[in-house]
Amino acid sequence: MHAVIEPAIAVDHLVKRYATGTAVAEVSFALSPGSVTGLLGGNGAGKTTTLAMIMGLVTPTSGAVRVLGALMPRQRYRVLGRMNFESPYVDMPMRLTVRQNLSVFGRLYAVAQLPERIAELAGDLDLCDLLDRPTGKLSAGQKTRVALAKALINRPAILLLDEPTASLDPDTADWVRARLERYRAERGATVLLASHNMAEVERLCERVIIMKKGRIEDDDKPGVLLARYGRRTLEEVFLDVVRGRGEARAAAP
Amino acid sequence: MTRRTREPLGLSAQRVTAMVLRYWYLLRSSWPRLLELIYWPAVQMLMWGFLQLYIAGNASFFARASGTFIGAVLLWDILFRGQIGFSISFLEEMWARNIGNLMISPLRPVEFVAALMIMSLVRLAIGMVPVTLLAVAFFGFNLYGLGLVLAAFFANLILTSWAIGILVSGLVLRNGLGAESLAWTVMFLLLPLACVYYPVTVLPAWLQLVAWSLPPTYVFEGMPAILIDHVFGGDLMLEALGLNVVLFAIAVSVFVILLDSARRQGSLLQTGE
Repeated sequence: MHAVIEPAIAVDHLVKRYATGTAVAEVSFALSPGSVTGLLGGNGAGKTTTLAMIMGLVTPTSGAVRVLGALMPRQRYRVLGRMNFESPYVDMPMRLTVRQNLSVFGRLYAVAQLPERIAELAGDLDLCDLLDRPTGKLSAGQKTRVALAKALINRPAILLLDEPTASLDPDTADWVRARLERYRAERGATVLLASHNMAEVERLCERVIIMKKGRIEDDDKPGVLLARYGRRTLEEVFLDVVRGRGEARAAAP
Repeated sequence: MTRRTREPLGLSAQRVTAMVLRYWYLLRSSWPRLLELIYWPAVQMLMWGFLQLYIAGNASFFARASGTFIGAVLLWDILFRGQIGFSISFLEEMWARNIGNLMISPLRPVEFVAALMIMSLVRLAIGMVPVTLLAVAFFGFNLYGLGLVLAAFFANLILTSWAIGILVSGLVLRNGLGAESLAWTVMFLLLPLACVYYPVTVLPAWLQLVAWSLPPTYVFEGMPAILIDHVFGGDLMLEALGLNVVLFAIAVSVFVILLDSARRQGSLLQTGE
């Protein structure tokens, strides 16, 4: 008899309709605890809306989202303390220093031994020299590191990332990816990563869900997807899916 | 050969039209912005109109009631600045695009509101204490001389200001920063109706019913009574408290409804205009 492992995130026939159209249409997937999954899709594919429903920020029109067994958004307060999120679409107060921001969020998440945790994160994310500077005065790369520190402040079991390396130079982006890999390895966290960056997804993710127009077009391990589409990179697979397989092949040299 | 369009003084009619259209599209899609256009003129006209009526019938009254205006101004500021203090703290999160971070944190709405109420008191204290001391220095008017009566007035005014602040915050959450102007203007609707500078009897009979449904009216009626006649209407303060409890419950309920609506509309991540 096999023990049944409850998924960390279970999305079941999720639908989100707005007056202007359907953002997410009948999306279902389940993420194993400790897995890293990439959510790929072009602009308007429904990635951010799906993430927002998982976090309880958006109420689904129909379907259900369970995070660590809690139904979102109704039972969100059971799990919000064990989740966190990073996105270029939200900021932290710009006039507060990095230390003040981390202190506020640390208190919101009831982080024990907060000064030590902030010092630990500052060391890990190379923020020591920035801690007493206003967040608004930092460069884009520095702000991303601060946002990542905020996302990791509570050592989340579920980490949701929406384009975490958008607008970063390749070196900083690579640096951020390395820190994410290390966090996942150390904490066994479940990571769901929405991204346009195929190299990032290829490097970090053991599973890839490709969305198009609010629906899941494909869902598998990167290697399986490459074999299925007869491609060498996820970018080519992504173009196959987004443009239509035959069209992409015709466009290929 | 490309035909060049002349742009006198660097002015492009096309770009100007585009911007006019941009603001027009914005205006017609945002009822708070439209409301604001008629709001100020209507409120100002009502308030000064009633004041004029009052002065015309009671000119001799001012000789023995000069302190009532200063008292009214100070109490009005408690009401207005209390709400502004609440609303600005809330708007700071919207301006900073931080509301998404807060909504996915374990912070509960009631905790958020409690923090805003505390900040309202802090901001009020910083702003009002020096002003009340100036009133003593310049006019010999000591608001603190009201003693426990002042506590009753203050409690009722601050409860109303928080209730209005909660309502406005819900509207901004639901409608985005397009509703921000309500934070600055909505309290002025109470200025003529709560009879800050004149007695309720100045109002037409039907509007008196509206005035007595507003908790601050009881305070602004009670203030001249204590200053001129040295009579404290404790029963009026209790009535105001009862109304405040109802108003506060309505405000919290509406806030919860608007927050749920914001979740349905997906507006918690999109907190722009």
